[in-house]
Amino acid sequence: METFHTLVSYKTIVRREIVRFTRIWMQTILPSAITTTLYYLIFGKLIGPRIGMIGEYSYIEYIVPGLIMMSIITNSYANVVASFYGSKFQRNIDEMLVSPTPNYIVILGFATGGIARGLCVGIVVTLVSLFFTDLHIHSIPVVITTAIFTAMLFSLAGLVNAIFANSFDDINIVPTFVLTPLTYLGGVFYSITMLPAFWQNVSLGNPILYMVNAFRFGVLGISDIPLQVSYTIILFFIIILFVLNLYLINKSTGLRS
Amino acid sequence: MTIALRIENLKKTYKNGLQALKGISLEVKQGDFYALLGPNGAGKSTTIGIITSLVRKTEGKVFVFDKDIDTHFNQARRYLGLVPQEFNFNIFEKPLDIVLNQAGYYGIERKKAFARAEFFLRKLDLWDRRLQPARYLSGGMKRRLMIARALVHEPRLLILDEPTAGVDIELRRSMWAFLREMNSRGITIILTTHYLEEAESLCRNIGIIDEGKLIENTSMRSLLHKLHLETFVLDLRKPLDSEPQLPGYITRLVEPEILEVDITKEAAINKVFELLSQQNIQVSSMRNKTNRLEELFVRLVSNGDIKQA
Repeated sequence: METFHTLVSYKTIVRREIVRFTRIWMQTILPSAITTTLYYLIFGKLIGPRIGMIGEYSYIEYIVPGLIMMSIITNSYANVVASFYGSKFQRNIDEMLVSPTPNYIVILGFATGGIARGLCVGIVVTLVSLFFTDLHIHSIPVVITTAIFTAMLFSLAGLVNAIFANSFDDINIVPTFVLTPLTYLGGVFYSITMLPAFWQNVSLGNPILYMVNAFRFGVLGISDIPLQVSYTIILFFIIILFVLNLYLINKSTGLRS
Repeated sequence: MTIALRIENLKKTYKNGLQALKGISLEVKQGDFYALLGPNGAGKSTTIGIITSLVRKTEGKVFVFDKDIDTHFNQARRYLGLVPQEFNFNIFEKPLDIVLNQAGYYGIERKKAFARAEFFLRKLDLWDRRLQPARYLSGGMKRRLMIARALVHEPRLLILDEPTAGVDIELRRSMWAFLREMNSRGITIILTTHYLEEAESLCRNIGIIDEGKLIENTSMRSLLHKLHLETFVLDLRKPLDSEPQLPGYITRLVEPEILEVDITKEAAINKVFELLSQQNIQVSSMRNKTNRLEELFVRLVSNGDIKQA
């Protein structure tokens, strides 16, 4: 019976999250479609032909997986950080806190909402890419698992940010000063083999590099990083972030006085 | 008799050093309609926050229908419904979704929750607004929405923190009728309010918190019984030039047509009319000068000396 109640709680949070981001689709889905269209147009069609081939692939074919992954990362993060902080700000997070919903279900519910938006935007960006290039998937299981795991990881990261946030400025600092630079330097637009040896080693410290390359392997069959290493890194961060979130919510950080 | 709420030596000190609760103990019986009163900052909301697990206690124990909120929080939370002081729902969501989601957090499946949501939204005159974003609701509607939300999982103990604040008189009275009905159906209700008339009208028992301490915990009847003296305002049919002499009573001619009379419990009010009739003074109407509970409350929280009242 308790499992059934818990499952209903989980489904309620997930439904609420999906309703939220689909209700405001012009703020949550559309911007990524427009931005990536511009990326495809400028970097793929205008600048791309002058860059030439990267391995066996044209530049636009090479950046498509990176841009899809970039959309998944930013949207899954943004969904959770905005929704959870919004709930804290309006105090409607109390609806969950006074209920018997276990804390791990609150975390999983918000994370699933983030995954749903990340995948939704990922699909839209993929569809947009079809207007600019042919897309042949090398490994569907790798594409799906990498997309879900990465969205999960950044949803959990967004939740940590939201728990600590005390103002709307706080939920923008990490995406602006940490997430965006790491994403751009994570091999979305280039292969790290193009970098000098020193910067190649520095790039290996960027976790986003592993996700972008795992996803690129799933789509194109090429990667700068072995797939097993990428999966290990992604799963490691998921576990760390989940445990951290659970610890923070159990401690009521930023939630209860 | 089952105890709906038992609080033992509850203490709360906030991080800034403020000692909001200094060891409160009280019991509320099942089926009771209990008023928790106190001036602003007395500790009422902190107490409610701890009971509903929104505030962490520093020390003490809380039991809801004998379930410890620390060790049996799952069961204890199922028994509780909370109507907070501030609006705390997502203003962009629809009232129906807000109520359905709340049911979902308590593990109530959608179909069952929908039937309950419809019942309470209709009962509280919100059904026609169920699909309109909550931000478009009036203040009174928002308050009623929070009551519907608190009741959807059918709690046994409903806690309302100033539920009628800012609500007009007509609506307030309809909310009182609704709360009385809920209480008559067996829901134990704890109410905090600044409208003492509300507490006097609705509640059978009362606790008064001041500076983090419970300074009174008794039945409404016995508390009001402590009021030794009442002031009545008499509207006179004809204006008077001077204050009439009523032996044994303290009088004040406030205006030529308004006379105030202080009457102790031992004295008979008929005697006042008798004395006035003897002086050919006719009274057209009469009322209490102040709310009786309000008078007691002010005296209690100012110096705690009821006997002089």
